[in-house]
Amino acid sequence: MAIAFVFRRLVASVPVMIGITAIAFVLIHLVPGDPARAMLFGSNASPEQVQALREHLGLTKPLWQQYVTFIGQLLHGDLGTSYVTSSPVAQELLSRTPSTLQLTGGAMLVAIITGVPLGLVAGIRPGSVLDHLSRAVSFIGVAVPYFFLALLLVLVFGIQLGWVPAIDDGSLLALIVPAISLGWGYAAILTRLIRGRVIEEYRSEYVKSARARGCSESRILLRHVFRNSSIPAVTMIGLQFGNILTGAAVTEVIFGRAGLGSFLATSITTKNIPVVQGAIVLIGLSYVVINLVVDLAVSAIDPRARVATASD
Amino acid sequence: MTTAPAAEVIRPPRPHRKGRWGRLVMTSVMVLLLLWFAVLLLWPGLLTGTDPVASSTEYLTAPGGAHPFGTDQLGRDVFSRVVFGAQPVLAASLGGVLLATLAGVTIGIIGGTAPRWLGGVVMRVVDVLLALPVLLVALILIATLGAGVGSIIFALGVAYTPGFARVVEASVRKLRAIEYMQAARLFGSSGLRTAVRHLLPNLATEVLVMASSAIGWAVLTATTLSFLGLGVQLPAPDWGSDLAAGATSLSTAWWLATFPGLAITVTILVANFAGDWVMALSDPRGRRFPTRLRPFRGGSDSLPSAVAVAPGEPAALASAPPTLSIPEESA
Repeated sequence: MAIAFVFRRLVASVPVMIGITAIAFVLIHLVPGDPARAMLFGSNASPEQVQALREHLGLTKPLWQQYVTFIGQLLHGDLGTSYVTSSPVAQELLSRTPSTLQLTGGAMLVAIITGVPLGLVAGIRPGSVLDHLSRAVSFIGVAVPYFFLALLLVLVFGIQLGWVPAIDDGSLLALIVPAISLGWGYAAILTRLIRGRVIEEYRSEYVKSARARGCSESRILLRHVFRNSSIPAVTMIGLQFGNILTGAAVTEVIFGRAGLGSFLATSITTKNIPVVQGAIVLIGLSYVVINLVVDLAVSAIDPRARVATASD
Repeated sequence: MTTAPAAEVIRPPRPHRKGRWGRLVMTSVMVLLLLWFAVLLLWPGLLTGTDPVASSTEYLTAPGGAHPFGTDQLGRDVFSRVVFGAQPVLAASLGGVLLATLAGVTIGIIGGTAPRWLGGVVMRVVDVLLALPVLLVALILIATLGAGVGSIIFALGVAYTPGFARVVEASVRKLRAIEYMQAARLFGSSGLRTAVRHLLPNLATEVLVMASSAIGWAVLTATTLSFLGLGVQLPAPDWGSDLAAGATSLSTAWWLATFPGLAITVTILVANFAGDWVMALSDPRGRRFPTRLRPFRGGSDSLPSAVAVAPGEPAALASAPPTLSIPEESA
């Protein structure tokens, strides 16, 4: 059962991966300008040299052949060469991945450790002072743009108080402010989500029956209500992963972190297409993988999900 | 990917017990706020007489006196820049959402009513686009189109379309199972006629709620893009690019970045309030304004509950509550 479910989910993600690679592939042909010329930019290459490079890159072949080559190279972990540094894109991307993953993970951690307790507290006692507080926090959290929050936090904690470095120095301390500013908005979403679910779950029949059986309130909360409320939260984290990842891109630019995001941003402005393609594939792939993991996690928490997907 | 019950994320507020006066105050405040933003979008010159790009010799003066928000390195009035900087942000986010709404409704209706194979192909493509984060889609498009407000509108439109299409398609499938839709088909109503006469009016409320809830997100994405320097180019005023420009002198002149940042925050706040307000207006259970949304009336009323699901429809749909699912950022 479980293996069949994993297999089904894997198969379902194949078209998505093909689509993502197709988009990444098409990009090189959408961007105005000749990639061969872009690679030789500033080197005073003759038209013959440009043509030779075009042939070398396979740009003269039919489109479908180029796509097949692209996929073949992808499967070998080859993402092409950067126009700027002429080194393999895969290597350049991978060297920047840990920094981005740290920030993404840190932001998720911030979202979970503030959003889950706040949502629970608010949901257990709706209308209480804590509920109103959580509502205010989440409303502001959704409204303040993370790049603005990042600047404010840097101003206060980095420049005025000097508690954390204002510009990334690779330390864990330097990760705190970026992670908080990026994670805050998602904490807000998570708070509202969990609050709503907890209120709903407390109204359900099984809570009444658990009370009737003499279940303690803490057991009802932890074993029943929390478990059921966490399902949409887990799903939400998976769905938001891509946004946190791209949000990390912007946050990286602000803090001067040498991550995937700032690399992608500069590559877009310099039209370094192989890097952009590689980043799309990498982000798309990680999104698919994360959602696969999330689906498996949800089906582990909630057996109903397996049945629902089976009939899909 | 996973179908998220995202409806829980944005919940209509419960203002019903506030009574008549509360509602009246709420409505007046919302109308005033929306008017204010309409002025910012259409006629910013009404609010300030100062030219946002005119430099003066008063460099970097702190807020106060003639310059309520201070001046920047070139002696330009920050208040005027904030007032005029609203236009590109509002145009980009409203335009993007409008584009996504039109495209999303069209694709959603095609996906929900076209022959099975065509609908399937369309929705698979939508799924692929849904797997890409909104900001990434927007970045890719701007990389190909070049910077500018037009590019941002197009990029936002494309990026939000898949989420809208998914929501619309799901409701179209539910609507198609209702008796009067089947009756229309039995009487020989053509596909296009059915779509225009029967589907669209019933989708209107949901689409309105969906679009108004997306505006806050669109403002965030639009300002993020212009913050990265992909929108309006300096010296033209824009909240995102002004915020980025002011960020470098944060410790010496805090007002440069703070006021555009506050402007973005307030706009998203108002957009979210407005989204909740529209949702509450159209919530038939609330019965707040029974006649106010007459053109759209019946929309959410006639959205079928769990019972009206066609045989062979996925169980997930059947068990889903008849609430709206609003796409999150990624959608």
